Amino acid sequence: MTAVAHTATETTTPLLIRGVRPYGEGEPVDLRIAEGRIAEIGPGLAAEDAEVLDAGGLVALPGFVDLHTHLREPGREDAETIDTGSAAAALGGYTAVFAMANTDPVADNAVVVEHVWRRGREVGLVDVHPVGAVTVGLAGEKLAELGAMARSSARVRVFSDDGQCVADPLIMRRALEYTKALDAVVAQHAEEPRLTVGAQAHEGETAARLGLTGWPAAAEEAVVARDCLLAEQVGARLHVCHVSTAGTADVLRWAKRRGVRVSAEVTPHHLLLTDERLTSYDPVNKVNPPLRTERDVTALRRALAEGVLDCVATDHAPHAPQDKDCEWAAARPGMLGLQTALSVVVEALVRPGLLDWRGVARVMSERPAEIAGLADQGRPLAAGEPANLALVDPDTRWTVRASELASIAGNTPYEGMELPAAVAATVLRGRVTAYQGGIRA
Amino acid sequence: MKHLLSAENLDRDTATALLDTADHLKRTLLGREVRKLPTLRGRTVLTVFYENSTRTRVSFEVAGKWMSADVVNVSATGSSVGKGESLRDTALTLSAAGADCVILRHPASGAAHRLATWLDGTPTAVVNAGDGTHEHPTQALLDAATLRERLGSLAGRRVAIVGDVLHSRVARSNVRLLATLGAEVTLVAPPTLLPAGVERWPVAGISHDLDAELPGLDAVMLLRVQAERMHGGFFPSAREYSIAYGMNETRLRRLPEHAVVLHPGPMLRGMEISSSVADSPRSAITEQVRNGVHVRMAVLYHLLAGEEHAE
Amino acid sequence: MAPRPRGAAGPVDERELLSAGDVARTIARMAHQVIEKTALGSPGAPAIVLLGIPRRGAPLARRLAARIAEFSGHRVPVGVLDITLYRDDLRRRPTRPLESTRLPDGGIDEALVVLVDDVLFSGRTVRAALDALRDHGRPRAIQLAVLVDRGHRELPIRADYVGKNVPTARSEQIAVLLDEVDGRDGVLLRRRSGEEVASP
Repeated sequence: MTAVAHTATETTTPLLIRGVRPYGEGEPVDLRIAEGRIAEIGPGLAAEDAEVLDAGGLVALPGFVDLHTHLREPGREDAETIDTGSAAAALGGYTAVFAMANTDPVADNAVVVEHVWRRGREVGLVDVHPVGAVTVGLAGEKLAELGAMARSSARVRVFSDDGQCVADPLIMRRALEYTKALDAVVAQHAEEPRLTVGAQAHEGETAARLGLTGWPAAAEEAVVARDCLLAEQVGARLHVCHVSTAGTADVLRWAKRRGVRVSAEVTPHHLLLTDERLTSYDPVNKVNPPLRTERDVTALRRALAEGVLDCVATDHAPHAPQDKDCEWAAARPGMLGLQTALSVVVEALVRPGLLDWRGVARVMSERPAEIAGLADQGRPLAAGEPANLALVDPDTRWTVRASELASIAGNTPYEGMELPAAVAATVLRGRVTAYQGGIRA
Repeated sequence: MKHLLSAENLDRDTATALLDTADHLKRTLLGREVRKLPTLRGRTVLTVFYENSTRTRVSFEVAGKWMSADVVNVSATGSSVGKGESLRDTALTLSAAGADCVILRHPASGAAHRLATWLDGTPTAVVNAGDGTHEHPTQALLDAATLRERLGSLAGRRVAIVGDVLHSRVARSNVRLLATLGAEVTLVAPPTLLPAGVERWPVAGISHDLDAELPGLDAVMLLRVQAERMHGGFFPSAREYSIAYGMNETRLRRLPEHAVVLHPGPMLRGMEISSSVADSPRSAITEQVRNGVHVRMAVLYHLLAGEEHAE
Repeated sequence: MAPRPRGAAGPVDERELLSAGDVARTIARMAHQVIEKTALGSPGAPAIVLLGIPRRGAPLARRLAARIAEFSGHRVPVGVLDITLYRDDLRRRPTRPLESTRLPDGGIDEALVVLVDDVLFSGRTVRAALDALRDHGRPRAIQLAVLVDRGHRELPIRADYVGKNVPTARSEQIAVLLDEVDGRDGVLLRRRSGEEVASP
């Protein structure tokens, strides 16, 4: 796999991080960082001319990688920009994010993806990798110029029509085949559109009670099964976005056992929240795929711990107030996620004992970096490796306030919730991008 | 009670109090030349309808006027509502303009709940006059009033709700209210017109065979089948639906003597119900309409003739 | 439902103004007064209808009618007039349940209606009753009978028949108890301890 090239010439002051526990293991050690890389790890390193960051026993993890972010630029800068979204990512411990293609204009050509790439570089808080659309205008009818996007300066390696399913099986087959030559992956938003006409909520007891048109689990599971078979048939790689049902986890378990080259992500909200929250009709809980049941949540947690689901991806989806503060059916689906992801993963998996900190590193950094082919992300915490780090305070608790998040939009479903663990600092190639809740530009 | 948003939120005491009030009002007005009570003088009631429903709107309007409220009809076409103003802005505008009560009909499920949230902190009460496929609580109240009148009490009474349960706010409200009042509800519909998860509703049974249910019933409540469902593949044809689930003379004879037939209207004669059944003395369809006014008067009375809640 | 006592917190002093026996004697006296004042039974005298105002006015009217029948041999029609829908103070209290209005079969047109209530206070109940009566028919005349007149009128209204006049402080409460509603008869004066009271 080709590494996404970064100019390695960023000159940063040497940094000495004092007293961190890599992966939350062992006695605290010091990290010396120079030239964007970890130069030395060990106890009691001398400060010399380095800036000292006293970490006081924080857990050090490789910087997080989000395969699924909506930064809304270009087109909906009233909800989020690459600037504010990058800040939210840095504050959430991310060192790389993948910006979905459903912008306006759609990122279905080299011009748009290069724009997003360049804006990300200018902001410089996190590596912003544009995702290219699979089909022109996300319309599902005609392949976009995938090769041109792959060869552009943005070097696109993930393609997705996210928000829309590539529903036509022939188009999906072609996309899977074609991307083989680009060493890229197609990330499918699995939703059979004929089964979800007018769908507003998970099809089940809650939707029936609230009079909301149901989004049946089979609409996701059927497409995932189909795509796994297609990927197997053509020998391509497939990535499944935001897995939301227990049944999809079963399909993936089966497909992986069969040797299909499939990877899958799950969102923090599908690991924590259920459709019981819909009773208030507050569209902050509206998301696609919808919040499911307790049974699904339990199955998804287990599947993530087992590795059937590879990673956590936020599906961070900012929406302007007028798109959420309305009646349920009129509201746009999506939730903020970048700044709460780590805490939700700790709440949903670490505290119940399903994942340890190595597991967190795997699902939030190492696997997503591998899936997207990022050579400089998700690397071990070892001398000589790129200094992309998230420093986590495992013992703190904090209360989520939309007004205190970096995003322009405020549509967090966790408003007022107290969550465990917080990102204390984020380091991107040796430079501190976020520190104690503030941005270091 | 600050708002009336759903039948689900009505406890037995409140529901009974509303029905008792409706009954008192009905008897108070019986045979009067001047059907006007001064009770809500000076109170402003707005009907805000984002869907056409002459019968429901008129029923609320008459209810308000008989209690001397100032009733203003805001139609979606004649105001900024039609110009794309958000429901929230409309709500705040109407409240600021002095509405004591907003009666909302809206195609989105939960719209009345949202309205109530936005009006939190104002004295404006919200009445759900039908929200999408969620609820239509005053319809359930008028159905319960009609059944109480015909059958005496609802406790232990067996009621079948027949037809498009999936898309019916009338069914949802009736299932909740009838259960609260102690009736045993059986849903009768083809599986395509029953929502997933319906088995967890407070119903005594779910059936696909109307004929088998008829002999044990005290009441049959027919739901309307909307034209778009007929073309949505929920059942093969209007003819087949009518044969399996339509209420006709033959089926009427299978019902016990005392059993009542209800329909929320507007009826599709010949499809959900045959003309002879609709016009028979067993049908309570006109009483439903009449009781609708009294039930809505009762709702306005309970919402507007007590202490303000938002202080 | 009986009006909720307001500010019913703290300890309450309670004094009996009328015993059960007093209540019976008072109603008997009022019956005699009605017979006399309306010239009941004499030629040309108007038909009389007693209308009790719920809750306690209703049983009171029935008892009054029974006494009248006993003393005069004339059966006087009795009805119930619920005035809740005509009140102008609905918004000061939680929603009040409605009571039934039942007029005698002969109606009230051209009759002499005697409104019966337990306590006369501000006069607002009586005004509401007058409004309600107007919607039910056109009586020849309307009179008012109350068991207790406690003063503090806010409207130009007076009773034609008063069982007992009780000067009170506004903060005090008069509780009329009737067997049919309360399980016993009596009239009580209640006040929260420590309050200034106008001497009777």
